[in-house]
Amino acid sequence: MAKALVEKKRLEVLKTYKIYIGGQFPRTESGRYYMATNSKGEYLANVCLGSRKDFRDAVVAARNAFGGWSGRAAFNRGQILYRIAEMLEGRKAQFIDELTRQDSNKVQAEKEVNLCIDRLIYYSGWCDKFQQLYSSVNPVASSHFNFSVPEPTGVVAAIAPQNDSLLGLVSVIAPIIAGGNTGIVLASATKPLCAVTFAEVLNSSDLPGGVVNILTGKVAELVTFFADHMDVNATVFCEADAATQKMIKEKSALNVKRVVLYDKVKWADETGQSPYFIMDFQEIKTTWHPIENIGGAKAGY
Amino acid sequence: MILTKTIPDFATPVHVDQVGIEERASRFTKRSIKNETKINGLMLALNMIDLTTLEGKDTEGKVKQLCYKAQHLHDAYPGLPTVAAICVYPSMVKTAKTALGNSGIKVASVATAFPSGQAPRDIKIRDTKFAVQNGADEVDMVISRGKFLEGEYNFVFDEIAAIKEACGEARLKVILETGELVTYDKVRKASDIAMYAGADFIKTSTGKISPAATMPVTLVMLEAIRDFYYKTGKKIAMKPAGGISKSKLALHYLVMLNETLGEGWMNNEWFRFGASSLANDILMQLMKQKTGVYQSANYFTID
Repeated sequence: MAKALVEKKRLEVLKTYKIYIGGQFPRTESGRYYMATNSKGEYLANVCLGSRKDFRDAVVAARNAFGGWSGRAAFNRGQILYRIAEMLEGRKAQFIDELTRQDSNKVQAEKEVNLCIDRLIYYSGWCDKFQQLYSSVNPVASSHFNFSVPEPTGVVAAIAPQNDSLLGLVSVIAPIIAGGNTGIVLASATKPLCAVTFAEVLNSSDLPGGVVNILTGKVAELVTFFADHMDVNATVFCEADAATQKMIKEKSALNVKRVVLYDKVKWADETGQSPYFIMDFQEIKTTWHPIENIGGAKAGY
Repeated sequence: MILTKTIPDFATPVHVDQVGIEERASRFTKRSIKNETKINGLMLALNMIDLTTLEGKDTEGKVKQLCYKAQHLHDAYPGLPTVAAICVYPSMVKTAKTALGNSGIKVASVATAFPSGQAPRDIKIRDTKFAVQNGADEVDMVISRGKFLEGEYNFVFDEIAAIKEACGEARLKVILETGELVTYDKVRKASDIAMYAGADFIKTSTGKISPAATMPVTLVMLEAIRDFYYKTGKKIAMKPAGGISKSKLALHYLVMLNETLGEGWMNNEWFRFGASSLANDILMQLMKQKTGVYQSANYFTID
C-alpha cells in the first residue's frame, strides 16, 4: 500500500501568490488578478491585481505599526534585519528557482540572491550607527546644550524598481525600515513572484506585522494614490518616467511629502548601498536643552 | 392592531434565536451602498452621535474643548451637521450646558452611580436629580445588573420607574450593559423591562465593559423596540454605545435600523451612537469623498 502511494503520479501543489498587509496574507480586496508571464510568454502564476483599497488598508497597517517600530531600540532593529537575512539565506533555493523562471539564469540568480542577503546584513549593521554619523552637537551662544539627531519620517510608500524582481525590492525596503520607518511597497508588475516570497521571509523574521506591506499590481493604476494619500510621509519612485515623476511631485505637495527618485541608481553596484539611502527617510530634529554653563566657559565641575 | 398597556409577566422566560439573530445581523453588513447614499448616511450618522467623554480624569477644560468640537466638527468642510449631544458625568453638566449655549446640541449626563450602578436607590435618585437640575436634557442610567441576574426583575423595574420620575422633563436612556448580561435572552428581557418601566431610550453599554455594542445585540434590542411598538403604539429610541469607531460600521448600523424599524427611526430623536472616536473617522471619510484623497488623522482635531 505504502509503495503504491509513492509510485502514484502526484499533482504538484501550487502556491497562491497573495499580498502582504499588516502581517497577514489576504487576497486583494478587489478580487482581481492578472497572469504573470516571463518574456517568453510562459505562464508563471496568477497574481493579485492590487487596488486602491488594498493600498489604503496597507497605509493603515503601516501607520499603526509605526509607533512600535520607530520606538524600538536601533540595535533591536538591526537584529531583526539580520534575522531577515538569515531567513533569506535559508530559502535561497526557492528564490533562485523563481528568479530563473522569471528570465534570469542560474548563475545570475544566485548572484542576485547573495547580493540581497549581503545588503540586508549591510543595513542591519547601519541600524544603530548612522545616527552617530549624521547627528551633531551644535555650538550656540547661550546656555543651551544644542544637538541635532535624525528621526524616522513616518510611513513611506515605495514603488519598487519594475525591471528587477528581488534586488531592487530589498534595496528599497532595507534602508526604509533600518531607519525606523514603516512602509508599503508595490512589487514589480512583471516579476512579482520573489516579492511575495520575500513577504513570507519577512513574516518569519520577527519583523512586526505592518512594518512592511507588499502589494502586487499595476503601477499606472496605483501610483496616484502613492502620491496623494495624506497619511503617507514619503514616496519612492524608481523609473525614469518624467511625466509620472512630475505627477508624483505635484500630488505630494498636498501634504508636503518627501519625494525620493531612484531612477539613476544601479542597485547591483557598490553605489546601490549607502547610509545615505537611510538618510533619505530621516528628518533632523534639533533640541535646545537648557544648561547652567556653556561648556568650557568655566574650569572644572 | 390591538394596543395594550398590560405589563407582561417578566418571570416568563423569553427565547431569542441566537443563530438566526447573528446570521441576520451579518447580512446587514453586505449591502452595497453607493457614493451619494454613503455621504448622506455619513452625515446622518454624524448627526446621531453622542460625543462622549466619561473618564475619571475629565476636567472642565476637556469638556469645554469637547463642546467646542461638537459645534465645529471640521470647519474646512462647510455645511456639516453638528453632533446630537455631548455625554458627560453629572459634575460636568453645568460646564457643558454653558459651553454649548444655544447651539441646539443637547447635554446628556450619565447618572445612577455610573458605570457600576452599585449604590442605594436614594443616592441614584439624588445623582439623577443633580444632573437634571444642572441642565441635563437627557439622563443615561445603568440598571442594577446584579439584581437583574439574580432574577429580581421587579426591583429593576421599580428602579427604572423611580429614576424616570426623578428625570422630570429629561429623556431617560436605560443602559442594559449587555456585555454583563451575557445571553440574548437576558438582553431581550432587560429591554422589555426597561421599556415597560418608562425608558425613552434603551442603550447597550457603558463603554467600560467589553464586549460593548455589537450588531447582533443591537438587533435584539431593535426587535424588542419593534414588538413593543406593535403592542403599545409607543416609540422607543435606541442607542448602541461603545466599540463603534469606524464609519463603515456606523453605516451597517443604519442599514440595520432602517430595515428593522424603518424610516421613522432614522433621525437623532430616535437613534444615537454613543462614541468618541467615530466622529473623526466619519469626518475623514467625508473629506475623502469631497477631495478624492485619503485623509490623515493629523489634520483633524484630537477629541
